[in-house]
Amino acid sequence: MTKEDEDILYLENVCFTQGKFSLTANFSVSKGARVAIIGPSGEGKSTLLLGISGFLQPTAGEVLWNGKPMSHHPGQRPLSILFQEHNLFPHLSAADNVALGLNPSMRLSEEQILLVSKVLDQVGLSEKAEAYPRDLSGGQRGRVGLARILLRKRPLILLDEPFSALGPALKDEMLEVLDKILKLTGATALMVTHDTNDAVNFADEAILVADGHAHKPQEIKSLFSNPPPALQKYIGTRR
Amino acid sequence: MKSLSLFAGLFLASAAVADTPVLTVYTYDSFISDWGPGPSVEAAFEAQCSCDLQMIGAGDGAELLSRVKLEGARSEADIILGLDTNLMADAMKTELFEPVSIVADYAVPNGWDNKFFTPFDWGYFAFVQNVGLETVSNFRELADSDLKIVIQDPRSSTPGLGLLMWVKAAYGADAKKIWNDLNDNIVTVTAGWSEAYGMFLEGEADMVLSYTTSPAYHIIAEQDNSKTFATFDEGHYMQVEVAGKLRSTDQPILADQFLKFMVSDVFQEIIPTTNWMFPAVTPTGGLPDGFPKALSAKKSLIFSPSDAALLRKDALLEWQAALSQ
Amino acid sequence: MAGSVIAISLRVIFGGAVITALLTFSFGTAAMVAFKGDGFGTLVLADFSAIRFTIWQALVSAILSVCLAIPVSRALWRQNFFGRRALITLLGAPFILPVLVGVLGLLAVFGRSGWISELLLFFGVGRLSIYGAFGVVLAHVFFNLPLATRLLLQGWSAVPGERFRIADSLGSNSWARFLLIEAPMLRGVIPGAFVLIFLLCLTSFTVALAVGGGPKGTTIELAIYQAFRFEFDLGKAASLATVQFGICVTVAFLACVVPLPKLGGIGLDRLVQQFDAWKYRKLDLIWISGAAVFLILPLAAILFRGLGNILTLPGQVLTASITSLLIALISTAVCICLALVLSLSLACSRLNTQKIAEGISVLGLSTSPLVVGTGLFLMIFPFVHPASLAIPVTAFVNAMMAMPFVLRVLMPAVREIYNDYLHLRLSLNMGWGVWLMRIVFPRLRRPIGFSVGLVAALSMGDFGVIALFSDPELQTLPLMLYRLMGAYRMDQAAAVAVVLVVQSLFLFWIFDQGGRRHSVS
Repeated sequence: MTKEDEDILYLENVCFTQGKFSLTANFSVSKGARVAIIGPSGEGKSTLLLGISGFLQPTAGEVLWNGKPMSHHPGQRPLSILFQEHNLFPHLSAADNVALGLNPSMRLSEEQILLVSKVLDQVGLSEKAEAYPRDLSGGQRGRVGLARILLRKRPLILLDEPFSALGPALKDEMLEVLDKILKLTGATALMVTHDTNDAVNFADEAILVADGHAHKPQEIKSLFSNPPPALQKYIGTRR
Repeated sequence: MKSLSLFAGLFLASAAVADTPVLTVYTYDSFISDWGPGPSVEAAFEAQCSCDLQMIGAGDGAELLSRVKLEGARSEADIILGLDTNLMADAMKTELFEPVSIVADYAVPNGWDNKFFTPFDWGYFAFVQNVGLETVSNFRELADSDLKIVIQDPRSSTPGLGLLMWVKAAYGADAKKIWNDLNDNIVTVTAGWSEAYGMFLEGEADMVLSYTTSPAYHIIAEQDNSKTFATFDEGHYMQVEVAGKLRSTDQPILADQFLKFMVSDVFQEIIPTTNWMFPAVTPTGGLPDGFPKALSAKKSLIFSPSDAALLRKDALLEWQAALSQ
Repeated sequence: MAGSVIAISLRVIFGGAVITALLTFSFGTAAMVAFKGDGFGTLVLADFSAIRFTIWQALVSAILSVCLAIPVSRALWRQNFFGRRALITLLGAPFILPVLVGVLGLLAVFGRSGWISELLLFFGVGRLSIYGAFGVVLAHVFFNLPLATRLLLQGWSAVPGERFRIADSLGSNSWARFLLIEAPMLRGVIPGAFVLIFLLCLTSFTVALAVGGGPKGTTIELAIYQAFRFEFDLGKAASLATVQFGICVTVAFLACVVPLPKLGGIGLDRLVQQFDAWKYRKLDLIWISGAAVFLILPLAAILFRGLGNILTLPGQVLTASITSLLIALISTAVCICLALVLSLSLACSRLNTQKIAEGISVLGLSTSPLVVGTGLFLMIFPFVHPASLAIPVTAFVNAMMAMPFVLRVLMPAVREIYNDYLHLRLSLNMGWGVWLMRIVFPRLRRPIGFSVGLVAALSMGDFGVIALFSDPELQTLPLMLYRLMGAYRMDQAAAVAVVLVVQSLFLFWIFDQGGRRHSVS
């Protein structure tokens, strides 16, 4: 905890409740960090993400951004989120889906239109601007979502297992695009994943969510080489 | 714009105001059918009144009364034409009718004496059948036979109500038994006379409740001698059809004029060969050939309006109970 | 923050307004009738037989429809044959077929002088007598067997093919397979289908009016009509309406235990080829052709008799057809607007929308259109002559009556959009207007198209309230058809029936296609 001044996201003694389930957390994430959120299914990984993104208000504590409480409205928080599915509206073209990131009413200026085609180009989809999601492959759909995130330029990016349905090669490709975006924007990223390989490839740190508690981020390699009992149980004996 | 005016047209069609006064007459459906008296009556009256006579069918005769009750003093009608003696007491109880004084030399059996209603025709109810079919000569025999009949609902139709009264007049306390036994002869009960008669003509039943004068239609208008009626030895119930003027009329003078016209020769000459009933005032030309004769007084059954009103409710319950078995 | 508070209260206001309107509509009108009739009239013996008959015929019709639907739907599910898809599509038609048209067709086939009677007479057997219980049940099975078949077909199609393959690979015989897979499926589907059909038959009016044959075949709804129109006995009408409502609510209570089936047609034509389907082919084809003949023959009879006579129809048919179209379009607009407001208001509420939709459906199915009509009649009578409002009132009542079906289609669709995309909308900070215009409505195109078509067709063919209000000068196609049937001008009646059917089905088709055309799934 030497980089105290660089901490950007702080969950201060927070408790999130969904029905009978509740999740506690008390940790901070430093600026520019890449954090994997790991842990057994059903133990609150997605709840944590919903809480940070503002869809779930804490029943105790507060989520701070740069030391200040964040807006109650998810759309006004300084973050972009990529869900497991339903990231694209099926009846809008790839370009329109991206444009939503600039202006949700989709009325764009000339300049903004150029921006949209620029980000589509950056994710390698310049050819597919007018295509509808149903005509795109799974990987291409993922790229459209990422292009929107790139366009929004928010300093925090949340990812809820967005590539879990893709094969290994495509997944690596997506992670590459994501890597590129993070380098371009310098954003902080939190990604929920249940794949330890992905976690290690993508992140420097990891938050273990288990038994109703989200632990502090730890250096990922040391975490895996010396797993606490909860993680041990989750990853099994496989190394 | 075009659609808007079409829209407005559909809603406001009836609001189109003409300068000529309009006399509105509610009547039963068959009166204004193409082959009924309606068209000739309208033409003849409009020729002498310089008005617009609008005759509106409101179901069958008995339905007319409930429509009058429903519309009350707001009714657009000036005249109700097509009630009969069985409904008169009920109609007078509504206090919606205005007394009139129409004098005529009525040919209605037993004469006429009522200041609210004016008769326009009369007849005897009878079961009409094809010539050559086995026949029956009273309700008992009919109930015991396999003959299939179509009748009308007494709540909506004056012939239907007349049949109730007929059975009551002929059998009194045994009426219930007759209805129980008739139940399996009844193909269906229609709301109005036209439906029933139409079904009979299409061969859906052996007999239909109509009038002794109905076969005359086939003989005179169609030169078809295949229809006749079953003469019942217990007698035939009579119907006297009447018209009355509503208190709420906005054309009182025109309404009186119409009622006078109704018992005049012009109107009465139209009745026998269009409504196929005996005219209430025998026209100067007499009755057409092929018309049946009036029955003897002994065989002419009828209740006074007040007796009919007293009997009606119980007779109806009896009928409904028997037929809903 | 403030924006969302406003949005929430607007939702409450609009949603509350629609629900209040629906409640006023069903309870308020009945109260009005009771009030005007000086309270409730006493019921007599005949009314109790009407009540008994109503329940009896609804039970028999529902049992027959569902029982016959089991072999028919099973056959349709496992056999492939030429015209299979067409036949399945045709099964949807009776639901929007104007009742009077169906009755006219049934009379032509099963009437005393119909085809079957002529055939029986030829073999020396007597004529059929359609008037009474036989006719009422026959007509109800005609209209509801296809519905039951479609609902059960959905059930068969929803069983994953793997289950049958597992059962087959375990060497189970057809009886074991039935017990293992088919019986549990039927247990899930049949109660809902049964309750739905029972409710539909319980409030039947037109069928009983046309072929009930008098007091022996009078339903409660018909008795209400007679009390109002023949006897002007509002007290009795109110009592009968209360009894009717009570019975429906009792049944509806059962329906709460047994969820009503969803109306829709997804995956119906998926064919699961079974390796031993050939064994049952002959028997299945007998069932299928039996059902097809039963459904097609009456319609063919009308086409046969009516087509040639269309040109003999008087010019009034044009006016009638325009009036009917007008009624259909007004009621469609009213119904869809209210249903959308309600669906959108409830979509993100915490309330159990499923239960609310069920409740409204049951309320709608239990409400007597004739009581509603009478109530409205009495309400507007002090102000204007009711006949002059016959068109808007009929359109309004029709809209309300179609509401249960439309809500069952729209509510789940709206709910799905909210479930899938509400988070995305919020995270993108998208405003209400854009959300509705660019996301919700485009995505609802297909269900809206289907609903609009459904309401338009149902309203076009409706014969109920219009019969109550009918001013002799008002002509709609169903009224004209009824009057021609009354005058026994059967050729012209058949011709009007053809016009009515074509107009109804065309309206349905054009809206449904319009919804499909540009929809993106």
